[in-house]
Amino acid sequence: MQIIVCIKQVPDTAEMKKVQIHAERGTLVREGIPSILNPFDEYALEEAVRIKEKLGGKVTVLSMGPAQAEDALRKGLSMGADEAVLLCDRAFAGADTLATAYTLSAAIKKIGPFDLVLCGQQAIDGDTGQVGPSLAEHLHVPQVTYVDRIEVEGQNLKVRREVEGGYEELHCPLPALLTVVKGINEPRIPTFSCLAEALEREIPMWTAADLAARTDRIGLEGSPTWVVRIWTPEPRRNGQVIECPPAEAAQKLASFLRQKGILS
Amino acid sequence: MGIGIDQDKCTGCGRCPAFCPFGCLEVVDGKAVIKEGCLVCGACREVCDFEAIVLQSEPSQGIPDLEKYSGVLVFAEQHQGKLRDCTLELLGAGRKLADQTRQELAAALIGSEVDMLCPPLFAHGADKVYLVQDEKLKFYHTDPYAASLGAVIVQQKPSIVLFGATTTGRDLAPRLAARLRTGLTADCTGLEIEEESGHLLQIRPAFGGNIMACIKCANVRPQMATVRPKVMKKTVPDLSRRGEIIKVEGKVNPKSIRTKVIQVIETMDQIVNLEEAEIVVSGGRGLGRAESFHLLEELAQALGGAVGASRAAVDAGWKPHSFQVGQTGKTVCPKLYIACGISGAIQHLVGIQTSDMIVAVNKDPEAPIFKVADFGIVGDLFQIIPELTRVVREFKGDNGSGGCER
Repeated sequence: MQIIVCIKQVPDTAEMKKVQIHAERGTLVREGIPSILNPFDEYALEEAVRIKEKLGGKVTVLSMGPAQAEDALRKGLSMGADEAVLLCDRAFAGADTLATAYTLSAAIKKIGPFDLVLCGQQAIDGDTGQVGPSLAEHLHVPQVTYVDRIEVEGQNLKVRREVEGGYEELHCPLPALLTVVKGINEPRIPTFSCLAEALEREIPMWTAADLAARTDRIGLEGSPTWVVRIWTPEPRRNGQVIECPPAEAAQKLASFLRQKGILS
Repeated sequence: MGIGIDQDKCTGCGRCPAFCPFGCLEVVDGKAVIKEGCLVCGACREVCDFEAIVLQSEPSQGIPDLEKYSGVLVFAEQHQGKLRDCTLELLGAGRKLADQTRQELAAALIGSEVDMLCPPLFAHGADKVYLVQDEKLKFYHTDPYAASLGAVIVQQKPSIVLFGATTTGRDLAPRLAARLRTGLTADCTGLEIEEESGHLLQIRPAFGGNIMACIKCANVRPQMATVRPKVMKKTVPDLSRRGEIIKVEGKVNPKSIRTKVIQVIETMDQIVNLEEAEIVVSGGRGLGRAESFHLLEELAQALGGAVGASRAAVDAGWKPHSFQVGQTGKTVCPKLYIACGISGAIQHLVGIQTSDMIVAVNKDPEAPIFKVADFGIVGDLFQIIPELTRVVREFKGDNGSGGCER
């Protein structure tokens, strides 16, 4: 099995309690916010490595981003991926999900034939979940999203997908692209020797020229959508907090809900 | 509008015929040929390695003719012959946009034996329904749905296309946006028309809800968006409203459907789905063990709501991942969210902050959940929740046989 896992380095949104927006540029101030491997991508990586351990093959981990996104790729290597590639070029900057998917597809075509592409269901910074299905279209392979179980049966997959109010089980031929949810596995914690080994590795960096990518389909120019404005939402105001015997507390809450028209 | 083969570029490689959802492509004398019955869905265009397949209204360069695109199209999501609630919400939002631009609001209804759903679509504001029916469209599969909706979009050229940000909408919309090479904005909570330009302003939370962003797709059409369920308001249905049904003919080629649903598993332990519930009662670490969730289930039942769980409760194995609310779980947007024994880590708060009202029950007065709660009770949930269940049942005047009034 040739498996490609697409990952993203993201700001740790849990550390973003004090979000600042640059007064003049209107962009997010990212300094001081630590970067992490997108949590959903860890599940994709783990699943890829498990499939490889069972069936043999190779796992390549792929990311587009600035030079420091190397750290996320090294984490992938430490978890058991065999190869890593970073797509890094100023020309890629400002890409929306369409341009990102195009760029990733150009890289995957350069990597060579594959059986399976795995992505996390979404990244926790943009929260769009759009790159996976868009990439599947660019690669002309079938997709299944929100997958929480994968069984490989020869040249076919049997997968389970989390949907509203339950699950769907599907058959899907290979090659294919799947996006996975958290419930699929418990990612391993890499050992020190794996981490040390990953740190030693040379990670190839590919530019737009290496990909022979069309300049009108990458970065800002290849992005039909753009951000007009960002702002911090008004924080929720906290209301009343009471501390009294249970029966009284329940009564007070009930009359509050009645007053608000929720209990009627 | 049409699609054509650039004779100079086509090498007759034979790759595209397998990708036509309607079986309308073949290679004759070393060149690809488009046969009768083509719905111009555009599925073949991306497949061609030589860029020999061209949509003919497409300008070769420069800004496309945006004026040719008009109106709002809503993907009318249905599940087993019932319209999703979010479809009606999309019609409410789409109606406003259509009125503001003085254009029409259409719905695309795709499925098998779903024509009875046209009247409710009209009642909720649609002027037209594009109806694609085929027994092979009974279950949602990405390939035939993308082909069918793609055909409607390419032929009708709506300016705006809206989807619910459901598992179906979020699977289908990005696939189609890539095919049409247009922009897509995810999980919008606000939609407006920019007065001077007429472009769609798409407002959405990002970075875990820490910021809001306004996004525009100015130079390409259609402007596509998925919309977070429960945020937009439905219109009051007008049962006397009528509209035009346009049947889209086209036989789905079974070979083009690559995935196959073999089983649909409904988890019947909830009356209402977490994503669609008006009221959600969630439990966290403070519940102590899996069995304690029955307290929340009883309250949820009395209120006619659904049960959710924090990451701590899911990681402890008390509830499956499908119950998880928060960053690595689901985003919910109910009228009332009751957090029981949940401290309120930022990862949890991002999944609940668009709720209309948040109630928290926690024994720790310092718990961060109280900072976002409209009503907080400091105390022992094991005593307070049963009391509350009792009060709700009394109020609703039943004896615990379930208070779901919906």
